[in-house]
Amino acid sequence: MIELQHIKKRYTEQDEAVIKDVTVSITPGEFFVMVGPSGSGKSTILRMIAGLESITGGELLIDGERMNDLPPKSRHLSMVFQNYALYPNMTVSENIVFGLKSRKVDRATQFQRLSDALTMVDLTDFSSRYPRELSGGQRQRVALARSIVSGADIILMDEPLSNLDAQLRESMRYEIKALQRKLGITVIYVTHDQTEAMTMGDRVMILNDGIVQQIGTPIQLYQVPENTFVAKFFGTPKMNVIPGVTDWQNHGVAINTPFDPDALVGIRPQAAHVNQENKDDLAISLWLASMTYIGSDTLLFGTINNRDETVQFKIKGMANLSPQQYVTIYVSREDLYYFDLAGQALATVGV
Amino acid sequence: MIITSNEKIWRYVLMIGLSLVLLIPLIVGVWVSLLPNNAILTGHYFTSQFTIDNYIQAITATPILRYLLNSLLVSAIVMVGQVVFSVLAAYAFVFIPFKGKQIIFYAFIGTMMLPFESQLIPNFQTLRWLGILNNYAALAIPFFASAFGTFLLRQTFMQVPLALRESAAIEGVGHFRFLYHAVIPYAKTSLFTLAAYSFLTTWNMYLWPLITSYSDNVRTAQIGLRQLQATEAVNSWGLIMASAILIMVPSLVVLLLSQRAFKSGLLDGAVK
Amino acid sequence: MDHAFSSANHAVVKHTQLQQKLKTHLAAMGFIAPSAIFLGVFVFYPLVKTVYYSMFLTNALGQPVKFIGLSNYGTLLQDKFFMKSLLTTFIFVFMVTLLTTVSALALAMVTSKHLKGTTLFRTFFASTMGVSVSVASVLWLFIFQPTTGVSDMVLNLLHLPPIHWLTDNTWSLFAVILTVVWMNLGFSFLALTGALENVATPLYEVADIEGVTTWHKFYHITLPQISPTLFFVGTVTMINAFQTFGQVDLLTKGGPNNSTNLIVYQIYKDAFVNLNVGKASTESIVLALLIALVTIAQFKLTEKRVMYQ
Repeated sequence: MIELQHIKKRYTEQDEAVIKDVTVSITPGEFFVMVGPSGSGKSTILRMIAGLESITGGELLIDGERMNDLPPKSRHLSMVFQNYALYPNMTVSENIVFGLKSRKVDRATQFQRLSDALTMVDLTDFSSRYPRELSGGQRQRVALARSIVSGADIILMDEPLSNLDAQLRESMRYEIKALQRKLGITVIYVTHDQTEAMTMGDRVMILNDGIVQQIGTPIQLYQVPENTFVAKFFGTPKMNVIPGVTDWQNHGVAINTPFDPDALVGIRPQAAHVNQENKDDLAISLWLASMTYIGSDTLLFGTINNRDETVQFKIKGMANLSPQQYVTIYVSREDLYYFDLAGQALATVGV
Repeated sequence: MIITSNEKIWRYVLMIGLSLVLLIPLIVGVWVSLLPNNAILTGHYFTSQFTIDNYIQAITATPILRYLLNSLLVSAIVMVGQVVFSVLAAYAFVFIPFKGKQIIFYAFIGTMMLPFESQLIPNFQTLRWLGILNNYAALAIPFFASAFGTFLLRQTFMQVPLALRESAAIEGVGHFRFLYHAVIPYAKTSLFTLAAYSFLTTWNMYLWPLITSYSDNVRTAQIGLRQLQATEAVNSWGLIMASAILIMVPSLVVLLLSQRAFKSGLLDGAVK
Repeated sequence: MDHAFSSANHAVVKHTQLQQKLKTHLAAMGFIAPSAIFLGVFVFYPLVKTVYYSMFLTNALGQPVKFIGLSNYGTLLQDKFFMKSLLTTFIFVFMVTLLTTVSALALAMVTSKHLKGTTLFRTFFASTMGVSVSVASVLWLFIFQPTTGVSDMVLNLLHLPPIHWLTDNTWSLFAVILTVVWMNLGFSFLALTGALENVATPLYEVADIEGVTTWHKFYHITLPQISPTLFFVGTVTMINAFQTFGQVDLLTKGGPNNSTNLIVYQIYKDAFVNLNVGKASTESIVLALLIALVTIAQFKLTEKRVMYQ
């Protein structure tokens, strides 16, 4: 169990805090993802857990024990870095057992763990190669093996896949996830990629500007976002958030919010359809600026209520519409999200 | 990374301690140069009667200013010569295809491993034959061609983007125009590094000026200091130290001005 | 007709191609000529001439009198003075290289973390780069001088007997070594500082997490990563040490008892004091061979100790 209680980070007294107040408990065996745009503080939190950065305020507990002031090596965890951080002058095997040697683990155990780890990441044939002779994916696997071999039951991963190409990244996602399941270890995984977060995480914590936006399962984050930031972060294309106004004239859209006109309405692009399906479907008059047919769907780009910002919708199949004019599209009431003007979600229960 | 306060303390202790040890000769030099002569002679170094008499004495009673001027001129001449010669040669090695390029290049580079001592005597004889011993020319001319400079600039010139070259070729830009408008602006840092390097090396030269300059209006600062040391040292250490400090100032200035360029230019080229 | 025309055209093309080639070669010559001529006159010619002299007996005017083949080299090997000078040079070069590299590395390690004021201390440590041979020698001469010298005063404070740095056989070489190492430190320090900064931080972070000891970190991570620079610094220092002259000239004049008579000082004396050009040339060639050996060894070693990544 890893507990962060009101964790804060500030680099100097005068500076603004980069991590404002983070509280979360991570249960053993959990795959916990921290996601957010760059500069949101996710890596800083990871490095504080590792002991590579000092903690300015709050408590860090691992299995109930306070860790704040312990050096990294006493925290019994391991870490995988974005650039792999392999020792270029050592072979794959040497890289993997280097830490064990320093910890004076006996030779037989070293050997046993090494061969287990190599088998696990499928690198047995590469054990005497040097890092420069390996591909990016193989290097990343060496880094994985190195953290497995340490025997730590917590592994921290800092954007481990961001240096790989898209295809490799996808297969590595499954490998890492499978490995974590198999070993039953706790993984804290940092990424800026929403797809990675959604596909890998048991739970996901989303951060912005050093503030936790929401913690939950991927499904919760997608279906019940607590604010517009979370709502827009997950899902491609991203959710349209428009002010609910009641102006039928001049091609305005009246979105009759259950709250009051001063609310924001969120519509996922794929919630739109061209035909009215229910009687109370919301009808939107969209100035269709352009459209792109992408095979299975058609993407619509345009504006609503003469506002500057572009909205985007995704219609199933090939839509029979023509651009540069007003078109009407429909959205079911239950597909609408409501936020107050500050961006916080408004309860939709009982609407 | 976290630096513990323990580590901070021992690092500061070491940094301060080692600085003191390393700087002792310089501190002593400056200190002594500011003491009156009788204090030095009697070994009473800790006094508050500081004076700049030694500096005034050095400037008025010894040819130190002349030495400095000589050094400045010789170093400047060599600097310009080396930069011009190296730029031209490096340009040809990189941008003009010709037969035997490799062999000539290796011949250039090979001279870097030859110690100057192996050319000392014949060079001395050549200059004697030319009748220019004890002359600025003797101090400067042998060093115009620099294998190191050519090598350094070649490495930089090779990084000039291919697209620049190709567009110049299509537009039919001549060699000198291309050199002046494209290559030189691109290689500014390296040129600056080479200039500073050749200035400093020439300024610090010792053996060659020792054997080729023997009158005060040619002698360089380094040899001038040797001369002063030989003639005055026994009882005027203050004067010697003041002269030493005066000689050190120009090279320190050049060094400080070029510190950044040195660190990136020189080392990158050399190690990789 | 058609055919004739095309072949004439072909000839013209070939002609202009040839012209073009000639033009390019002339341009190349023009650019290279200044350096090539000066290297020829002031490096290649004198090198050949020195080899030539080394095979002759010469008179006091420096003119070759009698060809004697390699006998100069044989004589040199039996010359006790020269052999002693060579031995002194070896000891000197070894000590200077070792002390410079080790202390420069230590200094670089001390300033390797960014604390407040690190830059200032780095400037201090690098400052000896701005000190020339004669200035350094004069500064140390004052420290070494008997009775009123700084060294003796300090020793006196510690109730130790004075050391006759420059007049005592056992200390004189060490005095020159100290002066040379002090001068060399600035450059070597800067080079190694640069190398240390280039070691990727995550390598140390992984090690911290894995609980690698400080010594292991230094030996298995730092040292392999900076070894190319360490080699470079070592070689440059070594080659410079072989060519040390000014410090000897100013501090000891090769004495006492030839205890600091380094090879270049010996060459200088033979060429310009004893006026024995043949002998001096032979010694110069020996020096050149030694330096070539070091350079080639460095080349081979760096090639072997591959550049990582």
